[in-house]
Amino acid sequence: MAEDNNKEKIDQESLSRRKFLRNSGFAVGGLAVGGVLGSVIPWGTDEKEPQQAANETKNYNHALMNFNQVEFQTVEAATERIFPEDENGPGAQALGVAFYIDHQLAGSYGFNARDYMNPPFFHGEKTQGYQGRLKRREIFKIGIREMQNYSHSKYKKGFTDLTADEQDTVLADFADDKVNITTVSASGFFNLLRSMTLEGVYSDPLYGGNKDMQGWKLRDYPGDQMNYTQVIESEEFQQIEPRSLRDHM
Amino acid sequence: MAKKLPKTDVVIVGVGWGGGIIASELTKQGLKVVGLEKGQERETEDYYMAHDELRYAVRYELMQDLSKETITFRGNEKMRALPMRQYGSFLFGDGVGGAGVHWNGQTFRFLPYDFEIRSKTIERYGKGKIPADMTIQDWGITYDEIEPYYDKFEKMAGISGEENPLGGKRSDKYPTGPMLHSPQMKMFKEATEKLKYHPYTIPSANLSEPYKNPDGISRAACQYCAFCERFGCEYGAKADPVVTVIPVAKNTGKFDLRTHSWVRRVLHKDGKATGVLYTDLTTGEEIEQPADMVVLTSYVFNNVKLLLNSKIGRPYDPASGKGVIGKNYAYQIIKGAATGFFENKKFNNFAGAGALGMVIDDFNGDNFDHSNVNFLHGGYLSLTQTGKRPIQTNPIPSDSATWGKEFKQNSLKYINRTLSIGAMGASLPYKQHYLDLDPMYKDAFGDPLIRMTYGFRDQDKELAKFTATKAKEILQEMGADKIDAMDELGPYDITTYQSTHNTGGAIMGADPETSAVNNYSQMWDMENLFVVGASSFPHNSGYNPTDTVGALAYRAAEGVVKYSKDGGLLTS
Ligand SMILES: Cc1cc2nc3c(=O)[nH]c(=O)nc-3n(C[C@H](O)[C@H](O)[C@H](O)COP(=O)(O)OP(=O)(O)OC[C@H]3O[C@@H](n4cnc5c(N)ncnc54)[C@H](O)[C@@H]3O)c2cc1C
Ligand code: SF4
Repeated sequence: MAEDNNKEKIDQESLSRRKFLRNSGFAVGGLAVGGVLGSVIPWGTDEKEPQQAANETKNYNHALMNFNQVEFQTVEAATERIFPEDENGPGAQALGVAFYIDHQLAGSYGFNARDYMNPPFFHGEKTQGYQGRLKRREIFKIGIREMQNYSHSKYKKGFTDLTADEQDTVLADFADDKVNITTVSASGFFNLLRSMTLEGVYSDPLYGGNKDMQGWKLRDYPGDQMNYTQVIESEEFQQIEPRSLRDHM
Repeated sequence: MAKKLPKTDVVIVGVGWGGGIIASELTKQGLKVVGLEKGQERETEDYYMAHDELRYAVRYELMQDLSKETITFRGNEKMRALPMRQYGSFLFGDGVGGAGVHWNGQTFRFLPYDFEIRSKTIERYGKGKIPADMTIQDWGITYDEIEPYYDKFEKMAGISGEENPLGGKRSDKYPTGPMLHSPQMKMFKEATEKLKYHPYTIPSANLSEPYKNPDGISRAACQYCAFCERFGCEYGAKADPVVTVIPVAKNTGKFDLRTHSWVRRVLHKDGKATGVLYTDLTTGEEIEQPADMVVLTSYVFNNVKLLLNSKIGRPYDPASGKGVIGKNYAYQIIKGAATGFFENKKFNNFAGAGALGMVIDDFNGDNFDHSNVNFLHGGYLSLTQTGKRPIQTNPIPSDSATWGKEFKQNSLKYINRTLSIGAMGASLPYKQHYLDLDPMYKDAFGDPLIRMTYGFRDQDKELAKFTATKAKEILQEMGADKIDAMDELGPYDITTYQSTHNTGGAIMGADPETSAVNNYSQMWDMENLFVVGASSFPHNSGYNPTDTVGALAYRAAEGVVKYSKDGGLLTS
């Protein structure tokens, strides 16, 4: 109960703050004026958002450790195309996948801390795996910029301003190595983006994605259960309310 | 100058299944044993947050840190070998228990055919059946000779199973009964019985029921928790050296287990090992541990690496086929598999256990006539139910999109509507497949990495096609609406996980000319040095390796004890 009360209080606060910013003219049509304030206004700008926010606790995890805002928005848009919202339920954006990726890249995975990164670096066969000297966070930084450049040269617009179909075309061109770039492997970047999208959709919510276990619910996945001894022999499909590692504490 | 410690009877390098078994057996016999393990201490309490797919299965929490050490790989001698910079094809164990902490526990005996593969192949098909550069050889031990040691390993681990109708003769039944059968397994059983094959439940180290082993160690039953392979078992149900043999060794008071101890050299003088040189990773200090006997149980790659870096034994030369250290590297051919899509069924695919499944051996070993096929040996075909975790399992029909709306739709729909039939194809050795020291790349201490030269051959391609066809046939019989089966094996690719079933490099045999160790895993060229593990397999069978690793470790332990009393090269 105490927790619930607390939640309401926080939501009240964030609502009024948002209202203040809107009414005081710092925000125009939901867009923040100036870079600094942009970070205090939630990015989602459609009208139903305050309603939604009223039902949610403020998520302190939803801030950035690695990306700048443009990078974040680009990744958010791209992952949403890779795993879009549809009649089955939420897509990457609503599941918090871009935050997940941001957080992962800020840590040991982004720094390839447990990979063999010793020189010399040679171009190898595909069967020999990644042989580059760039770390994942660098690949992302460059890959995102290349995606922006490619969007501009093809459509005269940044990636986030493209229509969904145009975004798909850009992503497909990266996936199929139809983009003429030399800085990173286009398909290598795409594959990393794709695999990290799935990680963000399906990893335990503890990592910042898979919001409220909704990724798991999409596929009737029960998450972290202690025991399936009763399920193994069952002829019927068992719908089990998912549990996360948080429930295991 | 290295700090020199007091001498011990035996020093063991690496404390996984191999090291754990040796330690428990030798200390029970009263020998003083030092176990050196480069990784950390592990205990069941560590796995409280184990059901974390990202951390354990995708980021490899329990495996060796590749920034410190990896191997280099090339598909053939003409290519430049390059480091395996990230995990893919196989995973290195690390820490107390080694890969035995995070294995599945599928525990198979090899077939009688395996141990006498060359003689039996020639006997049935003639010499001409063996390709000129295929270097299969008999193991210098027969199935009947190894059988008691299989029995010993299975009783220690409490293997749950039922008799393989096409396997070698057993002296006793499995210590615990088979695992539960899911509807998926029943479908496999029915279909393969209709096809006149011989299905049986996969022998499992997950424990179908509570069990107390002959060492007095009790373990709880498996909970079918579906976080088994790549994870540690939070129930201590899965047979793992940490909950079986290592406590037995510790209880004797004769086992000195030192973690964070990275062995770099086996020291030797006048043809005898005198101890090992290791680095204490917590202080950086170099330490010499003298010993009367040295046992290498550091897995295939490090066993070979330590021998070569220590200049022990005759390095293998692929041009002449002479020499033995590094010879007959082999692997496992598992891609000859198929996936079936069932439109009107929904399975509990999220539930499972590491070694839950059904299997047939009708196409394994020489259980079928090879006169009209272009390969030797074969593999088992199985349906396993290890728990389909969501990051890594997103089955979609082969002709569909791999991202976007269509991908999402398909992967959500099919996750609980697909079943796969896997194959565990044997891998036979070739003159050109071997391990040696890389001329360029080094580990964290500046020692050369192991270089692997290995690729798939016609033998492997034919075998994989064959098992894929059989897998498809079984899925048809099971009523799949659509089946995707492997078409072509393609080249060996180190980037996709296949299995941690690497074998060879210090192989056993009856002849010192063509093998590195005898059937006690004792080095022909250095009688107080024993090299234990799948490194001693002259080829890899159509099964997972660890039952055989365990059996050979029990036999090696017997050998070390004998040697400690009588000395000399052991004869069977
Ligand atoms: C995910 C997975 C699933 C598997 N499933 C199965 C299965 O179902 N059935 C089956 O039969 N097999 C399976 N295996 C294989 C099985 O785990 C191995 O065969 C077995 O554990 C090997 O035991 P080992 O003692 O020879 O080597 P390891 O377990 O690898 O132990 C070697 C130890 O030596 C240490 N070491 C290495 N070098 C040094 C050094 N220089 N100094 C000090 N210490 C060192 C390592 O840190 C390690 O702890 C699986 C493997 C994996 C990774
Ligand atoms: S499946 Fe069984 S043996 Fe494996 S980790 Fe879970 S409880 Fe342990």
